Amino acid sequence: MSGPSLATSGLGKNFGAFVAVQGLDLKIEGAKCVGFLGPNGAGKTTTLKMLTDMIFPSRGEAFINGLSVRQDRKRALSHAGVLIESPEIYPSLSPTEALEMVAELRGVPRGEQPRRIRTALEEVKMSEWAHQKVGRFSKGMKQRIQIASTLVHDPEVLILDEPSTGLDPRGMAEVRAIVREQRKHGRLIFMSSHILSEVTEVCDEVALIDRGKLLFYDTLTNVTARFNGGNAQVDAVFARPLDPSVVNQAIPHLPGVKAVELLDPKRVRLAVPPGPEDQAQILEGLVALKLGLVSFKESAGALEDVYMQQISRGD
Amino acid sequence: MVAPGEVAPSGAGALPSDEHQAFRLMRFQLRDYLRSRRFLLMTALTLAIGVILTVVVAHYRGGLVSSPAAFYGSFWGGGVVVLIVFAGIIYGGDAIAGEFQHKTGYFLMGLPLKRGTIYQGKLLAAYLASVTAVVLYLAILLLNGIYYFGMNAFPWQLGASLLLALVYLAALLGTTFLFSSLFKTSAYAILVVAVLFLFGFGIAQDLVESLVKIEPWFLLSYASPVIGNIFANPYPTTSTSFGVTNYVASVPEAVLIMVIYFVVTTVVGYLLFSREQFT
Repeated sequence: MSGPSLATSGLGKNFGAFVAVQGLDLKIEGAKCVGFLGPNGAGKTTTLKMLTDMIFPSRGEAFINGLSVRQDRKRALSHAGVLIESPEIYPSLSPTEALEMVAELRGVPRGEQPRRIRTALEEVKMSEWAHQKVGRFSKGMKQRIQIASTLVHDPEVLILDEPSTGLDPRGMAEVRAIVREQRKHGRLIFMSSHILSEVTEVCDEVALIDRGKLLFYDTLTNVTARFNGGNAQVDAVFARPLDPSVVNQAIPHLPGVKAVELLDPKRVRLAVPPGPEDQAQILEGLVALKLGLVSFKESAGALEDVYMQQISRGD
Repeated sequence: MVAPGEVAPSGAGALPSDEHQAFRLMRFQLRDYLRSRRFLLMTALTLAIGVILTVVVAHYRGGLVSSPAAFYGSFWGGGVVVLIVFAGIIYGGDAIAGEFQHKTGYFLMGLPLKRGTIYQGKLLAAYLASVTAVVLYLAILLLNGIYYFGMNAFPWQLGASLLLALVYLAALLGTTFLFSSLFKTSAYAILVVAVLFLFGFGIAQDLVESLVKIEPWFLLSYASPVIGNIFANPYPTTSTSFGVTNYVASVPEAVLIMVIYFVVTTVVGYLLFSREQFT
């Protein structure tokens, strides 16, 4: 198998009579970020815990890089960095010691440990706390150390359960930046989140789960297109308020634009074809109109619409 | 280069063998223990027991210092068993339960470790942390012994008793880890272990001996007096307390009870832990 991968085959979990996850078949391959969405109690964390052998499936199996997590947890998890349920590190250890422990247990060569630990702490902006006791840290600081601990061994797969939980807005932005950076390093990131804008910003693909069932798994563009008459939705933001004639005539007449909705005087939502070539052409057209375009990106609102539509369908 | 028994993952170096991982985990767990308040508490308890016995021996002297064997038998045999029970409660009581309650287990479970490796590493760390208390108590004992009898009056039984104490410690920690594996709340685990070792075993032994009148070979508390009894010459076959004659375990019997306790409780404790889910 080439590249990192995560897979589940008929994965299911019962807690007594309650079915938390049922028949989950998921196959994710390659360097990308996949957002794992769903309301509270949908089965997200249960799935992630089964993917990391923290809880045992009632049915089916989970695989990391083709290795069964249940049958060969040690080798399967050696490929992954895992952050689930905001865990605690032994309070008397410093971040450096905690990462040293992770590096030692994961077999990072001794000579490389100081550099990797330093880099991981820099990535989560915790270098200046490197030698303080973790027990004295705030929840957000602990979360950063936990994220650093998932990176120290240069994993192929990252499994993150709501990684920005407990962080302030700046911390959340930094987590998003870290995730984006990891994707560039050729890693597969499987990340549960409640924050749809976060998923839109950092993820390439989304999987939606509700009441233990996978509703869909596809690229972000295809998902929004599938539930919006085959069109993707893009938000365009401008430096100046738009003239009504531009909104009603100039923009709708750009090749590929299917519909335009004025969200506020400086912002429109466009229904466009899902293909990148078409979107590039529309972007060029908007620039050519000289309207002071400052941003052109996949609409977070579109994902929210799909999410609400799909979740409420199950109610 | 991947050494025999090691696994080569991608992205890092060779994954250490299970034994190396257990040893490395033990090192960090021990570091955590030695910096914790429970270490301070254990050290304070050890010093308190040592000081009390020092004062008692200094005050009463008499039979207590009639010979090196009598001195070491009462001072060591009397104190170290209590000390080991406290060490077991303090270091072993919530060793596994605490991983669930304090969520440190979620950190360990994300690492490429077998559950057996985690259990092994924690048991070793608790054992070594407890040994520090035994060593401190031994140092107090030796200082007193040297004061009363000089440098060349250590009975041979002291070495044997120390070994028996270390075996008893292993058996006791195996048992506390077993009970710790039954719970996900530290307080329950510590409470159960404390009640069991401070009262439960003793009461059960008294009942078995006085009512059923059989040798309580199935109780760990029946084996522990061997640590003090080994200093007696001849080795006692019965003991008397409150006018009741009790059985006394011979050295081989006591060692066998301790070893069986350690093996059985460790295996059962591990099996329980390996089936626990981090829900």
